Amino acid sequence: MAPFAGYDMPISYPSGSVEEHKLCRRSVGLFDIDHMGQVEVSGPGADAFVSGLVTAPVLDMADNDARYSLLLSGDGLVLDDLFIYRLPGKWWIVVNASNRHVDVAWMKKHAPASGVKIDDLSDSVYMIAVQGPNACRLMDLASGGKVSPMTRFTSAELALTFGGRSVKALVGRTGYTGEDGVELFFPAADAEAVWQGLLDLAASHGIEAGPVGLGARDSLRFEAGMPLHGHEISPSINPVEAGFKWACDFSKDFVGKAAVEAVAAAGPSRKLVGLEVTGGVPREGYVVLGPDGKESGVCVAGMFCPSVGKYAANAFVSPEHAKTGTVLKVLIRDKEKDAVVVKRPLYVPVYRRQA
Amino acid sequence: MKLDTNARYRKSHEWVRKDGAQYVVGISDHAQESLGDIVFVELPAVGKAFKQGDAFAVVESVKAASDVYLPMSGTILAVNDALEGAPDLINREPYAGGWLVKFEASNPAEWDGLLDASAYEAEASKE
Repeated sequence: MAPFAGYDMPISYPSGSVEEHKLCRRSVGLFDIDHMGQVEVSGPGADAFVSGLVTAPVLDMADNDARYSLLLSGDGLVLDDLFIYRLPGKWWIVVNASNRHVDVAWMKKHAPASGVKIDDLSDSVYMIAVQGPNACRLMDLASGGKVSPMTRFTSAELALTFGGRSVKALVGRTGYTGEDGVELFFPAADAEAVWQGLLDLAASHGIEAGPVGLGARDSLRFEAGMPLHGHEISPSINPVEAGFKWACDFSKDFVGKAAVEAVAAAGPSRKLVGLEVTGGVPREGYVVLGPDGKESGVCVAGMFCPSVGKYAANAFVSPEHAKTGTVLKVLIRDKEKDAVVVKRPLYVPVYRRQA
Repeated sequence: MKLDTNARYRKSHEWVRKDGAQYVVGISDHAQESLGDIVFVELPAVGKAFKQGDAFAVVESVKAASDVYLPMSGTILAVNDALEGAPDLINREPYAGGWLVKFEASNPAEWDGLLDASAYEAEASKE
């Protein structure tokens, strides 16, 4: 267990991070992620407000659509990344635990004097993710077959039934692992019933399922190329250098837009790349050397990747070293180890694979 | 925690065992359990000499990199090449397939100053 943003979080369960990672890729992993924050935005001015606040286009979203976005500071740096759900008559915004209070304060600061209601519901809402190739089959058992027909990046209000007990949940066909699956939002009082109910349901139907801690949550998202706040994105990183221009809709106005456009026009001073490393485990903070032996950048995350069987890092390096195939070095315990720039993600998420 | 009663131990969680005229060394079951999944091992070159307590190898788990210290002074005779493809042997068999190196002791009397299994168990359970 480890403290994280005021929560006591399991780094791993007894089977260990590597096995938990493989379980999620193989069948079903359950993630107790109540630390994530949920903010509801409503009122007659909510659509215009949300559109102007976040980088992604949102006004084209239909009811129940879910979309990834960034929240930027005025100078175009990444305050947080968000999942935005457009629900009938309101917006449901999922934020990172450690940024919850900063995000809510930022939202309130930019809200108009009237017409927009911002409610931080994090304390009354519980969040569990169910991820893996068998996740939707398991969720079908709990929902009477309602999850498999859902399209990726949509949501639905469903009644989940566990041993006679019914729980009303917002179910998003979303996730942070590169696998298919769902993220569930429901009243905190039902947390144990849902968690145990899913495990029991899996066991009684011969679906292999188990809990996954923060360690494997990190390696799953890392392999799948998803950013983690404080690593690939942070308030000292802009979306252009982190490779998130695609998440910015320049045809509308949003907080930080002018700064992002300026960086995009001038070209970023560094770029986020994936590195495959031999001869050691690259980790956050390790220095990257260019072909000339001079410092090119620094690793912001790095680890052993269980599904691809490789040691890899994400690093910000000089733009001239960012091309796939460039041979660099990573300093591991003062020794230069071979590193090569590789295409991200190392593990292509199921929903991005060609049929 | 599992122990090998034929081995002697250091407080820093290495074990050493006599193997004919040589000595073999690894990390304890307690150590592998605290480290978690081991994903990489850096071993020394054969022929390299170390003094008692020198860091001679690095074991990297999912969480962190840890130095491993040689319990007795000696010269490396062999390293466990199987760990390159299967570092998790240390998790699965800390006292058998997960051995790190074999060495020739330059001062065999150092053995007597090491902890026996029950003394090590007492030390390790204080943590």
